[in-house]
Amino acid sequence: MGWRPLRLVLPLVAFALVFAAAGCGGGGSSGGGDNGGDMVFGTAADPVVLDGALVSDGESLRAIDQMFEGLVTLKPGTTEVVPALATSWKADPAGTSWTFNLREGVKFHDGTDFNAAAVCYNFDRWYNFKGPFQQQSATYYWQTVFGGFSDKKTPSLYKSCEAKDDKTVVINLTKPSASFLGALALTNFTIASPEALKEFDADKGSVDEETGFKPTGTYGTEHPTGTGPFKFVSWTRGDRLVMERNEDYWGDKAHIDKLIFRPIADNAARLQALQNGEIQGYDLVEPQDINTIKGDDSLQILDRPAFNVGYVTINQKVKPFDNLKVRQAVAAGLDRQSVVDNFYAGRGQLATQFMPPSLEGYADDVQEYTYDPAKAKQLLQQAGVQTPLKVDFWYPTDISRPYMPDPKRNFEAFAASLNKSGFQVVPHSAPWSPDYVGRVDEGTAGGLNLIGWTGDFGDPDNFIGTFFQQPTDQFGFENKELFGLLDRAERETDSAKRIDLYKEANREIMKFLPGVPYVNTEPALAFNSNIKGYVPSPVSLEQFSSVEIEGQ
Amino acid sequence: MLRFVVRRLLLLIPILLGLSVLVFVWIRALPGGPAEALLGERATPESIRQIEDQYGLNKPVYVQYWSYVSTVARGDLGTSVTTRRPVAEEIEQRFPATVELTIAAMIFAVSLGVPLGFIAAKKYGGPADHASLVVTLLGISMPIFFLAILLKYVFAVRLGLLPTVGRIDPLIDISHPTNFYTIDALLNGNLNAFWDVTKHLILPAIALGSIPLAIIARITRASVLDVQNEDYVRTARAKGLSPRVVDQRHIFRNALLPIVTIVGLQAGLLLSGAVLTETVFAFPGMGTWLVTAIKGRDFPVLQGGILFVSLIFVLINLLVDVAYAFINPRIRVS
Repeated sequence: MGWRPLRLVLPLVAFALVFAAAGCGGGGSSGGGDNGGDMVFGTAADPVVLDGALVSDGESLRAIDQMFEGLVTLKPGTTEVVPALATSWKADPAGTSWTFNLREGVKFHDGTDFNAAAVCYNFDRWYNFKGPFQQQSATYYWQTVFGGFSDKKTPSLYKSCEAKDDKTVVINLTKPSASFLGALALTNFTIASPEALKEFDADKGSVDEETGFKPTGTYGTEHPTGTGPFKFVSWTRGDRLVMERNEDYWGDKAHIDKLIFRPIADNAARLQALQNGEIQGYDLVEPQDINTIKGDDSLQILDRPAFNVGYVTINQKVKPFDNLKVRQAVAAGLDRQSVVDNFYAGRGQLATQFMPPSLEGYADDVQEYTYDPAKAKQLLQQAGVQTPLKVDFWYPTDISRPYMPDPKRNFEAFAASLNKSGFQVVPHSAPWSPDYVGRVDEGTAGGLNLIGWTGDFGDPDNFIGTFFQQPTDQFGFENKELFGLLDRAERETDSAKRIDLYKEANREIMKFLPGVPYVNTEPALAFNSNIKGYVPSPVSLEQFSSVEIEGQ
Repeated sequence: MLRFVVRRLLLLIPILLGLSVLVFVWIRALPGGPAEALLGERATPESIRQIEDQYGLNKPVYVQYWSYVSTVARGDLGTSVTTRRPVAEEIEQRFPATVELTIAAMIFAVSLGVPLGFIAAKKYGGPADHASLVVTLLGISMPIFFLAILLKYVFAVRLGLLPTVGRIDPLIDISHPTNFYTIDALLNGNLNAFWDVTKHLILPAIALGSIPLAIIARITRASVLDVQNEDYVRTARAKGLSPRVVDQRHIFRNALLPIVTIVGLQAGLLLSGAVLTETVFAFPGMGTWLVTAIKGRDFPVLQGGILFVSLIFVLINLLVDVAYAFINPRIRVS
């Protein structure tokens, strides 16, 4: 009888069971530390690098937000600019010279002083980026806000920085811009310790023909040094990013002792980790998991205010869409409400303009359009076009975007409603990457196409300025009044006047109808019920320093 | 024997060269490149061109290939486009994770599969045999990710016995001299960490090992059945040897050959990365790394990673053949 193998196996199995029993409890404990407790947060991926100037991915920004601060920041949960490292600021009458009064007594995590020289060091560092650092994949936000660099290959909004004295710094621009203030709240313009940047070779790297850019310094991977409420402790990729409370912080100190970011790519795995207590919160909750989480008393859902817009582009280079009545017919022929109600798992709101409601400059009194097939047909008749009007309508495949979780379903519903409204839709599709976005940009995606936008920073310029301040191939029109209006709004330094100008722009846009916006969506975060004080922000600028673990 | 091994090692060179050409050409046949993947909606023709220039992607394929080969010959596997880290460094971190998971899964598969197959063969045709058939069929047919989610739900979420994600509790701090977390824990003298790392390996090992378990059990059963009916076994029994001695000295040893081959091949397969298991358990191994690289069109990672995995697989095959020669003296002579 061959019992020998069994004799080996039984002890092994018993051993294994003892392991499992001995280490009872799968979750991570949240004890330890002085008093606030430790918190583990589930992220979707590792950050790329912890240097604000060189990143644009959400996870890098999230981590950097906890350790770094800029001259200004946003009031939690809003897009309102408030003081941070600068206590007050003023622009000169020309609007090109901005003077900032800096907060005193602030130190970087390495003990060096924060002052005007440090601010200028940072700005000049960004302005002087060369070579691979000038690529969009590295410095997207500098280029979006300021344009070019010191080599003057493209014009730059930035001119220079002067440290008048330790606590006064002046930033000179090449032309007036008021959106630059809101942009300064971006994580990419947070101030790092010049000593650390130098000591750890933040800008060193080699460019290899064969293998591309190789960073060689350790600043962004081992020594990120800011002024924020959390300090860097350690980073093991694929495992954890550990930060601890900055005891020398100038403002309200963080409550929790250690903050740990844990990358878990799979959405279902993140949810199970939360249910099992291995993490105490996570971002990017899938719509289908929201009810599960809401139904669990030990968990909670927090809503992030909408900061995106899904819309239908109307390309006016494609006739007869250059005719306003035809565009109005499109607006009347799209059943937007039912798409929003049915395909967004309750997380969508009908959009009335090309900006989300949380953004200043949003106008409550824009012209609104409702689904009315009869009216659409009437408008087409008035425009003098043959019905049914053939239209090439494009949508992307192989993709899910926050403002468009299922492009095909949106498309099918829209096509059906258009077909009832005097149109004849010819469907076209292409994979999102690489073809679709390129086509939309170049204006070769038919007369109508489905696309959207998630805002980068809390300024209306980032939405309607990006879309409509200059002629584009995507929308194919020249409207000098609208361009001029948006130019004026971008440059207006008086914030009340600026908001009014943007409201007017929104009214104009919805009369001119270069496209039809239809949805804003609210992303969701999930936490343990005992996590208090987390304030979701429309631009995902969220501080863990205000978080408290109840019962600690 | 030595000549045999040397000859096989020399064969590695043309194999790897051929593979590198295949990988190189194939990934460039995929639509889109790292630029579009990195930039998404913000990709403009200009930004795409910038990245292509930087990585030399708009040069002819044979020029790119030659640059690549000369760089690898210098020992440089390139830099990841998405993380900007050397590919070699990422392998250094990811591969030990995959090895640990593979070893754990194989321990599970072998320690249960061999006895299961052995018993099924000894009790041929009986209820034990049929039961083992059912178990093995279940193992092969159930999708790994489904089994994984089920295991997590039962043992973690409901029973709270085991963790669901990662390799170690985020609040346990140890240094990582080897990146094999079990060894690292022992080197740190931290037994609590060692238990914790082991706990994190249990569920993924069961999920991943379910298929090898089924295969090993079936092969063991077939092999034992084969050997049982050989003449020399009948002779041994006729000589009066006890059943246990017959089992150990004659049946088991001779049945071992196909089992060793299968175990080796299964291990080789697992070492190429268990994508489904790693995804569900957020286990940072080679599998998720390579799949993410495909989606992100990270050419350097795909080139370096696939080449590395192929090298490992070929070496494992060589090891299996050498082990085979050791176990079976007749093969050594030829």
